[in-house]
Amino acid sequence: MSREDVLVTTQWAEDNLDTAGVVFAEVDEDTTAYDNGHIRGAVKFDWRKDLQDGVRRDFVSKEGFERLLSEKGISNDDLVILYGGNNNWFAAYAYWYFKYYGHENVKLIDGGRKKWELDGRELNSEDVKRESTEYKAKDPDASIRAFRDEVVQSIGSKNFVDVRSPDEFSGKLLAPAHLPQEQSQVPGHIPSALNIPWAKVANEDGTFKTEQEIRELYAEEGIDESKPTIAYCRIGERSSIAWFALRELLGYSDVKNYDGSWTEYGSLVGVPVELGAK
Amino acid sequence: MASVDDGCGAPAQEATPEDFDTQGQVVLAGKVTGADGPIGGAFVRLLNDGGDFTGEVVSSADGDFRFYAAPGEWTIRALHRTGNGQTSVKADGPGLHRLAISVG
Repeated sequence: MSREDVLVTTQWAEDNLDTAGVVFAEVDEDTTAYDNGHIRGAVKFDWRKDLQDGVRRDFVSKEGFERLLSEKGISNDDLVILYGGNNNWFAAYAYWYFKYYGHENVKLIDGGRKKWELDGRELNSEDVKRESTEYKAKDPDASIRAFRDEVVQSIGSKNFVDVRSPDEFSGKLLAPAHLPQEQSQVPGHIPSALNIPWAKVANEDGTFKTEQEIRELYAEEGIDESKPTIAYCRIGERSSIAWFALRELLGYSDVKNYDGSWTEYGSLVGVPVELGAK
Repeated sequence: MASVDDGCGAPAQEATPEDFDTQGQVVLAGKVTGADGPIGGAFVRLLNDGGDFTGEVVSSADGDFRFYAAPGEWTIRALHRTGNGQTSVKADGPGLHRLAISVG
């Protein structure tokens, strides 16, 4: 896998807005930004409404994913180009999610909406209507998603990459610094986890650093390439960036995203928790 | 208030009044301005004393931003298509800390 297989530049995106078989999709938690202006022709995915179950804490089902993509007018053969705000967190989550349901032909805009805006490229607020399709999803790919039992059993044997900020890792904060801090979990991190904040793999404009820089970073931070890796954060979207960097950019074979992340782990009874900086 | 099933995305930013209830937290709030007044849509980044990224929000139409941090020294850096700018603050304890950043 090379960078071009999984990422496109903002320039490529602008040059291919009208290319047949290419569908742009913006993914955000707060879709106000999309409503005020988006890349021309891009469909909207609402992270919470479209990609979460709504009752249980889980993904939508395979059938739900099929319905969603059919409604959005995405075909099995389409190349889906994902982007979003928040440094592509939710777009990277959606990328992982598309792979989970077997859509291989998907890429991210490097730098996402932020890079697009910093470039001063055009945004458009027209409604986007695509003809519906009959999308067929594959069975979930369990090899890229970690659940809590595997997480607890893997302490000490697999790499854990905690991508939260140092203050969240040490237990000083419970949520990112742009959010109020009242939460139900205990503070801390999974024992043996390495604290490699997601932003370390990105430049300030939101684009990914070079593969060489990312490889050196993870090596310096102590990831053992011979072992499987599980990435987590608070709810699994920032860790999608690390999952993407490790598996899609560097080509590590066994990398899972733990979307239960700290909001689940920090609420479990009887599991070990470590406090303090690394 | 954020609940467990809320995401981690930065909320829409708004002005922080003088009597804002910080609820015992370190609140870093301010405005991004350019040559022609407030700058909305700037990417405002909170960096810790080691220069490491801690958080990012997009300034409101009036240039407002707000972070909930911990005591310490912080750099706040704003990126916009018209230019970048930054400022630093030493927050000794809980309360509202006012900041201003000009870009361009």
